Amino acid sequence: MTERVTVTHPSRQRPRMRPTPLTREIDQQTGLGEVYLSSLIRSQLRLSLAVLAVSLGVLAALPLFFRLFPEVTGISVFGITLPWLVLGAVVYPALLGAAWFYARNAERVERDFVDLLDRR
Amino acid sequence: MSASTGLAAILLTALATILVGVVGVRAARTTSDFYVASRTVTPWWNASAIGGEYLSAASFLGVAGLVLAYGADMLWFPVGYTAGYLVLLVLVAAPLRRSGAYTLPDFAEARLESLAARRTASVLVVTIGWLYLLPQFQAAGLTVRTVTGAPQWVGPVLVAVVVLVGVLSGGMRSITFVQAFQYWLKLTALALPAIFIVLVWQSHGTPSITQDGPPVFAEPTVVDIATGVSVEVLQTIAVEAEGTVDGESVDGPVSLSPGSHTLARGTQITFPAGVQIPHADNLTPLAGEDWRLPLRSASDHPLYSTYSLILALFFGTMGLPHVLVRFYTNPDGRAARRTTVAVLGLLGVFYLLPTVYGALGRIYTPELLLTGRTDAVVLLLPGRLVDGMAGDALSALVTAGAFAAFLSTSSGLTISVAGVLSQDLIGHRVRNPVRAFRLGASLALIVPIALALLSPSLGIADVVGLAFAVAASSFCPMLLLGIWWRRLTDAGAIAGLVVGGGLSTLAVLGTIVWAPEQGWWGPLLAQPAAWSMPVAFLVMVLVSLATPRRMAPGVNQTMIRLHTPESVDLDRGTWDPEDRWRTRT
Repeated sequence: MTERVTVTHPSRQRPRMRPTPLTREIDQQTGLGEVYLSSLIRSQLRLSLAVLAVSLGVLAALPLFFRLFPEVTGISVFGITLPWLVLGAVVYPALLGAAWFYARNAERVERDFVDLLDRR
Repeated sequence: MSASTGLAAILLTALATILVGVVGVRAARTTSDFYVASRTVTPWWNASAIGGEYLSAASFLGVAGLVLAYGADMLWFPVGYTAGYLVLLVLVAAPLRRSGAYTLPDFAEARLESLAARRTASVLVVTIGWLYLLPQFQAAGLTVRTVTGAPQWVGPVLVAVVVLVGVLSGGMRSITFVQAFQYWLKLTALALPAIFIVLVWQSHGTPSITQDGPPVFAEPTVVDIATGVSVEVLQTIAVEAEGTVDGESVDGPVSLSPGSHTLARGTQITFPAGVQIPHADNLTPLAGEDWRLPLRSASDHPLYSTYSLILALFFGTMGLPHVLVRFYTNPDGRAARRTTVAVLGLLGVFYLLPTVYGALGRIYTPELLLTGRTDAVVLLLPGRLVDGMAGDALSALVTAGAFAAFLSTSSGLTISVAGVLSQDLIGHRVRNPVRAFRLGASLALIVPIALALLSPSLGIADVVGLAFAVAASSFCPMLLLGIWWRRLTDAGAIAGLVVGGGLSTLAVLGTIVWAPEQGWWGPLLAQPAAWSMPVAFLVMVLVSLATPRRMAPGVNQTMIRLHTPESVDLDRGTWDPEDRWRTRT
C-alpha cells in the first residue's frame, strides 16, 4: 500500500479535488492499476489452492493410506467397513463444507476489493 | 414388472419432459434465450438443473453396476464426479461466467483472440460430446429392452426424438426447467425404492453382503438369457438347460465343465442352490474380501489405475461441454459460485444411493454377473425384493428415473454440441441463427446414435470415464492456464489441446480396439489421465513461453473481465459472443 503515496497527480494545486478513481487506474492499466488487479487475482488463487490442497489432498491420500495400512480397511463402524463408510458417505458432506467455506471467502475477497476501490 | 407398466413409465417421463419444456418455452425468442436462457435463472433452479443434467446414465445405472461387480474401488466414481465440481467451483466457475462466453470455443476466442484456437476447441467439444452421448444411448437401449423386451434401437431413437422436441421448441430456457424437474425425479426414483429394499433386506435379518469365496446362487435360480453371452465356468456344475448351449440344442440336465461356454439368446438355465455363479467373459467380478476391500483388483497396478481415475474425474468435470454451458446461465459470477455450492449438496445426497443398490444387488441379483449386464441392477432390484403392486410401482419409478437420466444428459450434450456445430460449421451457410441451431441439434444426435447401434456394448461408466480423461487432458489445462496465467498464448493453447486431446483420444481408441491384458500397457491406455494431463500442461506452458510475442494484445483487459466483481464500474471490453450473429444478419 505504500505506493499509494507516490501517485499524487497534478491535484497538488487543487488539494480538495477527488483524486483519480482507482477504477480508471485499472482501466488505463497504469502501474498502480496493475498492482491492484494482480493482488486481487493472487489472493483469489491463493484461496483456491489452499482449499484444493486440503480437500483434494486428504482425498488423494486415501488410496495410499489404504495401501500402506491395509489393517485399517478391516475396521468396521456400525457394521460398515471403513473404506465404504468414508468413500460412500462421509466424503460428501466434507466436500460440501469445503465448497461453502470457499464461496464465503471468495466473496469476502471480492468485497474487500470493492471497498478498497470505493475508499479512494 | 410387466412390459406395459415399464412402457407406461417411459412414455410418462417422455411426456412430462415435453410438457415442462413447453411451459418454459414462452420467452425463448432470441438467440440468447436459446443458448443461455437470457441469464435469468436463479441459483436454486440452476443448481437443480445442473444436477439434473449431470446425473447421467453412468450415475443412475453405471455406478451401481460397477459396485456390484468390483466393489470398494468403484466408490471412487461417484466421489470423483462430485469432487470435480469442487475443483470447478474454486478454479473456474466465477471467472468463466464473467468471461461472458456461451461455449468453450467462445472462451478460447475471447481469451486468446484467435480463430484457430476457437476451431481447435470446437473440434474437441464435438469429440467429447459424442463420446459422452454414446453410452447414454447404449444405456437407453439396455433399459428399454430390459423392461419391455423391445429391440435395442427403440431406446436410443425414443430418447433422440424427445430430446429433439425439447431442444428445438425452446432451447436453453425450456431445457433449464426440464433439467431441474428431472433432478428431483431422479432423486425420488432412486431414494424411494432404496428405502423399501433396505427395509426388506432388514426384514430378512440383514444377511451378510459379502460371502467368503466366489459368489454362489443362494437358492435355485432360473436365468433367462436375453442376449447371447459367453461365460466363464470355474468348476464343473450341473444345471438344467433349455435352449442352445455351446451351439448345441439342449433340453434337460447339462454339465458345464470349467472353461468358456456360449449361451445363445432365448436359453433358459436353472441353477440349483449353492452353485458357483459363472461370470460373463467381459467381466471379472471380485469375490469375498477382494470385493469388500479397496485396491484388491485383479488387474496390474491397481494403485496407478485408482489415481489416474481420480485425476480424470477431479479435473475432467470442468472440461465437459454440457457442464460449462450451464454456468453461462447464471446472472453473475457470485451467483455462479453459489449455484455450484448448491450443486455439490444435491450431488452428495444423490450419490449416497447407487452404492446401496450395488451392495444389495450382490445378494439379490447375482445372476447379473452371469449375463454381464450389471448395469441393470438398479432396474431389477426393486421388483425382485418387493412383491405385487408395490413392486411394480417401484420398478416403474426407477425406470422413469433412468429414462430421465438419459433425457437430461442427452439434452444438455445435444445443446452444447449443437451450439458449436451451428456457430462454427453450419453457421457459415445458414443465415438464420435459430435455424442453424436446429440443424446442428439434429446433426449432434444422428452421429452418436449410429455409433451406439454399430459399436459393441461397453460398460456405461467406463466410456464416460474415458470422456472425462479426454476433457481433463485438453480443456482443463486451457481453462486453468487461460484464467490464471497471462502468458498463455494461442499457439501454446492449440499445441496443448492437440497433443493432450489427441493422445488421450488415441489411448481411448487403443483400449477399445486393442485392450492389452498384460503389464503396464493395459492400465496406461485404459486410464490415460495421469500422464496425458501433465503432458498437455507441459506443452501449453513450454510453447507459450517460446512464443511470447503471440500473447493476446487485450489480455490485461480480459483479466479484468474475468476476475473483478461485476459491481465495479470497469472497462471490460466490448467482446460479445452474439456479435458473430449480428455481423452476419
